[in-house]
Amino acid sequence: MSDERVFMKGNHAVCEGAYRAGCKAYFGYPITPQNETTEYMSAHIWEHGGVFIQSESEIAAINMVMGASAAGFRAMTSSSSPGISLKQEGISYIAMMELPMLVMNVVRCGSGLGNIAPHQGDYFQATRGGGHGDYRMITLAPNSVQEMAQFAYDGLALADKWRNPAMILTDGTIGQMMEPVDFSPMPWMEAPDKSEWRLDEFQEGRERHVLSSIYLDPADMAVAHEKLIAKYERLTAEEVRYTDFMADDAEVLVVAIGSPSRVVRSAVRQLRADGHKVGLFRPITVWPYPYEQIREYAKNKHVKAIVVAEMNWGQMVEDVKLAVLEEKPIHFIAKHGGLTFTPDDLTEPILQILKNPENPSTLWDAVRS
Amino acid sequence: MDTKVINGTEYEVVYSRPDSLTAKPFTYCPGCNHGTTHKIIAEVIDELGIKHRCIGMAAVGCSVFSYEFFDFDFISVPHGRALATATGVKRVRPNAVLLSYQGDGDLAAIGTAETIHACNRGESITCIFVNNAIYGMTGGQMAPTTLLGMKTTTSPLGRDAKRIGWPIKVSEMLSQLPGAAYIARVSMHDAKHILKAKAAIKKAFRAQLENRGFSMVEVLSNCNVNWRMEPSDAVKFVETEMVKDFPLGVYKDCWAEEKAAAGKADKEGAE
Repeated sequence: MSDERVFMKGNHAVCEGAYRAGCKAYFGYPITPQNETTEYMSAHIWEHGGVFIQSESEIAAINMVMGASAAGFRAMTSSSSPGISLKQEGISYIAMMELPMLVMNVVRCGSGLGNIAPHQGDYFQATRGGGHGDYRMITLAPNSVQEMAQFAYDGLALADKWRNPAMILTDGTIGQMMEPVDFSPMPWMEAPDKSEWRLDEFQEGRERHVLSSIYLDPADMAVAHEKLIAKYERLTAEEVRYTDFMADDAEVLVVAIGSPSRVVRSAVRQLRADGHKVGLFRPITVWPYPYEQIREYAKNKHVKAIVVAEMNWGQMVEDVKLAVLEEKPIHFIAKHGGLTFTPDDLTEPILQILKNPENPSTLWDAVRS
Repeated sequence: MDTKVINGTEYEVVYSRPDSLTAKPFTYCPGCNHGTTHKIIAEVIDELGIKHRCIGMAAVGCSVFSYEFFDFDFISVPHGRALATATGVKRVRPNAVLLSYQGDGDLAAIGTAETIHACNRGESITCIFVNNAIYGMTGGQMAPTTLLGMKTTTSPLGRDAKRIGWPIKVSEMLSQLPGAAYIARVSMHDAKHILKAKAAIKKAFRAQLENRGFSMVEVLSNCNVNWRMEPSDAVKFVETEMVKDFPLGVYKDCWAEEKAAAGKADKEGAE
């Protein structure tokens, strides 16, 4: 495909972004609403010198990614919520062995089999590691088809930069919708040299390479943990990404990610047209999370309240709470079941909050008590 | 001729550790066959001259530390997933030689799907499947390959087929799949059989080097500690009892099949 503006589906754009980042291996298993990614990979990754397998399970897919990554190649998989649960074991090993790889979660509504509608119920799973143990994944939350491509590109590069798994945390809406994508910010690149640690067939004259997550002696494991934690701290200091919209003078700041953040933008426009000072803050990395930046906003005198809009029972709102603490009242507006927000779902409660920043019907502490 | 000088006297070296093993002493229990199995694999790798191309999968179980003993690149993988990880490596590095070393719980219980599908895809990977009819590392629980009537910590009255089914016959199963190039079951109960095991392992690697497809050698082994037997009795048990449920032999041989097919074609051509 040429590097001009192309009208594409989110789940396809992610593949084109990955190819441009030098992704040479994709392993996946069918699950809705992300099948377009697996299908597109099966047809096109060969054109870029890559390999594809439709695996027997999501578990096998993530372990194949582990193998390709251990062998020094940029590799990825994708799935949707129930399938991502199955991948957690492999992700935990990958994180402990410090293998770079990309996994996309096109989140659908759970728990259990749930349905195939957009949802954000996997926020905790993505931002707290997800599998067993004490690790974190670089987690990028796109809200457009452009960002699906860009974050696949960036995610693979970040994974290599930090030798850490990275995730694209998106939702069914972003995966399924079509928009123009400009590939010019994604020049073709190759993976960096990994001959210092990768597994390969050129071992003559070098020490062998062993990749393992076993540290039987707790003292050794503690050292390994401290090394990981130091990396996570550097990563947190350097890689936080976010954006905002009409936020500078906002009296009410709405925090949202993914497809809801686009509905928030519409609601902000509507409210601004009526003279209300409302803005959007959108975390792009949800791990590391922009705690400091949200806290800076919350400290502004003109900010009366912070609102969090999520398609779940309240998960990211806990991170916003950690950022804002008692600085300003925090409100939560939810959508459940796979239903999606309309601007009216947001404008009405926000108007109430503008009138009464402690309005109990949406106040998070009140909702939670 | 290799020689070594000890206390001023020159001796001929007639036996030494294979180059493909590290100097680390084995940590396996006395009487266990893992050590000998490691050794014959390493000898085969030395003889084929492929050490610097080998990448090993250390599975979960007693052989979880196998990466400490084999002297080439290794990755320690999640329980049961070795053949999926090996697949990922092999697909991006087709010139590497893949060794997946797995036990019965790993390969035939939690990793059943990964095993069957790696074989069915015809992945050019060599799997050494050590079947000792028990979970050794975790303390002697019933394995998918535990014999009927065998007492383990989770089948204290003996394995009962009505409750938990029969010992699973992996070699027989996999030999039905077209992706299998070489499948054999061998035993480690005496020197003669160990030599046969080594020959089978060599064929398995040859299948991989010729890109024929999936190769597996099922190695009947003992676990005298968890079987609660004297080592000598455990070896005898393999020889007399285990082989009844797990008959030794070659279950799939791509070269023999090829020869047979060629012979048949010649015969048809002559008629």
